[in-house]
Amino acid sequence: MAAYGNSAPRKRKVNLVPYMFIVGPLLLYLIWIILPMGYTFYLSLTNWDGISPEMKYIGFENFKSLFNSLGKPIPSAFQYSLENNLRWLIVFITVPVSIGLGLAVLMNRDIKGDRWFKVGIFLPQVLSFAVVALIWAWVYNPRAGLINSLLANMGVENLPGWLADKNLAIWAIIVAATWRQIGYIMILYVAGLKNIDPTLLEAAEIDGANGWQRFWRVVFPLLAPVTTIVVVISIIDSLRSFDLVQIMTRGGPANASSVLANLMYIQAFNNYRMGLGAATAVVLFAISLVFIIVYLYRVMQDEMEY
Amino acid sequence: MTTETQTFNPLTNPVSQKKKQKRSRVLLYIFLISFTLIYMLPFFSAIVTSVRTQDDISLNGFWSVPSELTLQNYPDAWNRGRVSRYLLNSFIITIPALIATIFLSSLSAYALARFRFKGNQLIYFMYVAGTMLPFQILLLPVFLLTNKLGLYNTYLAVILIHTAFQLGFCTFVLRNFMKTLPGEIMEAARIDGASEFGIYWRIVMPLTVPGIAAISTLEFTWIFNDYIWALILIQSDTLKPVTSGLASLQGQFITNWPLIVAGALLAAVPTLVVFFVLQRYFIGGLTLGSGK
Repeated sequence: MAAYGNSAPRKRKVNLVPYMFIVGPLLLYLIWIILPMGYTFYLSLTNWDGISPEMKYIGFENFKSLFNSLGKPIPSAFQYSLENNLRWLIVFITVPVSIGLGLAVLMNRDIKGDRWFKVGIFLPQVLSFAVVALIWAWVYNPRAGLINSLLANMGVENLPGWLADKNLAIWAIIVAATWRQIGYIMILYVAGLKNIDPTLLEAAEIDGANGWQRFWRVVFPLLAPVTTIVVVISIIDSLRSFDLVQIMTRGGPANASSVLANLMYIQAFNNYRMGLGAATAVVLFAISLVFIIVYLYRVMQDEMEY
Repeated sequence: MTTETQTFNPLTNPVSQKKKQKRSRVLLYIFLISFTLIYMLPFFSAIVTSVRTQDDISLNGFWSVPSELTLQNYPDAWNRGRVSRYLLNSFIITIPALIATIFLSSLSAYALARFRFKGNQLIYFMYVAGTMLPFQILLLPVFLLTNKLGLYNTYLAVILIHTAFQLGFCTFVLRNFMKTLPGEIMEAARIDGASEFGIYWRIVMPLTVPGIAAISTLEFTWIFNDYIWALILIQSDTLKPVTSGLASLQGQFITNWPLIVAGALLAAVPTLVVFFVLQRYFIGGLTLGSGK
């Protein structure tokens, strides 16, 4: 423990030094992050249109109109967005996590040239979402793209429309997102596996555990802290998803691929319904908050170990 | 770990065991090589598409023998598609934002790691939680604030929000890094009469270089790859960074996929170079950030 600020019990009232270091960045953070956050909460209780000078306080009307739009015969944009965020979340905590973990375990067996496999699989993570969006929009191109061109050559007649198809668009986008995510998860697990004491595995081996048992009974439980972080990161990433949807479909066709982040943007910046947009942002924040708290709790536990 | 199996397992014949292992190794390599190649297929297909012509590819589809190969799409995307301008803008935004983020977060990290004071934990956890915020909760007010300050549609607007937002993550990582430094060095410097800022700048910062290198590579790609803030805060085409620039490029050359894809690949070059050159730091940053 190196808190030397008061390691010697000096006669001083308040040590101002730490505050001098902290005040500049903290002000910037308060102005650009904390206060705006509060202001969004306020906006969500108004009917502001972004243009007129006055904003009328309307209580929870925006939230009511969002939640009343659920369960209608023709799904509302909000309903689509909630469902798509949920789809995204479920895929993200299962597919990239299991594939990433599987790859990490395979690479952990001192493979020659493992670096090149890792680089290849990690590469999409380095690309911006904008680049990923364009590459995949091309892959999904209904006429000449990678997939449909292959299907056409194989003689398939009714080629899927992918991003133009109401039922496929969101899944097509999630596949692109997953492609970018797997490498990240793999790297986190590779680091986690390096920290596992090999003597534990040897002990399990002496006890006659086969590879499968060693993985599930020894490796996987030891990776639990990494898995917690990986799952939280995956959930947060899935809730943050915006760029791919915005560039690949803008939420279309007919809102079918919309997600909350994207809906909020359209409400506020395209339809000038700032109050409603802010309310959607608050809903997204509330969902994220659950997982932010889990994450904070993890970090606090680490703190206790000091 | 696999080679030790035989010593622990006297019941199986070591020779056949070895053979079996060799075969499973070969299978593993075949699997990994084919998996990686298939995985990279979308990326390869972008490269292949970028050297074909629009007519050829829209007529014959991707899976066809190219009727001709051309490099023309790259200069076209660079000049007509304005990727050169967009990339320059990306650097104009990313580099100051990166420097400011690292400098400011190192200041707060130093205070949080080295001093006990009221609010220390609170500020630390605020930064940690802040790294996970969805941007949407900030979009409208930040947009309004930049308008109020007359910063809308300037580089500075994007630089400021990136600096503020990334501050949380960098403070978190650097604070934990600085906690691992031995306190005796600083105590000695203090006894020698060094000023507080001197201790931070001449003793702690040099020791923190590995941590800074790791998060800098990571932050470079994060800021460089940002799309949403550029979309919200920058309107002029001449100021757009390459991410929102690419979206305009796509709108401008709707069906010219070879050109669009060439533009996307050019846009990816800086982050790919950073990743390949500074790979070790990049990976280090990722694992540092995931909370050890």
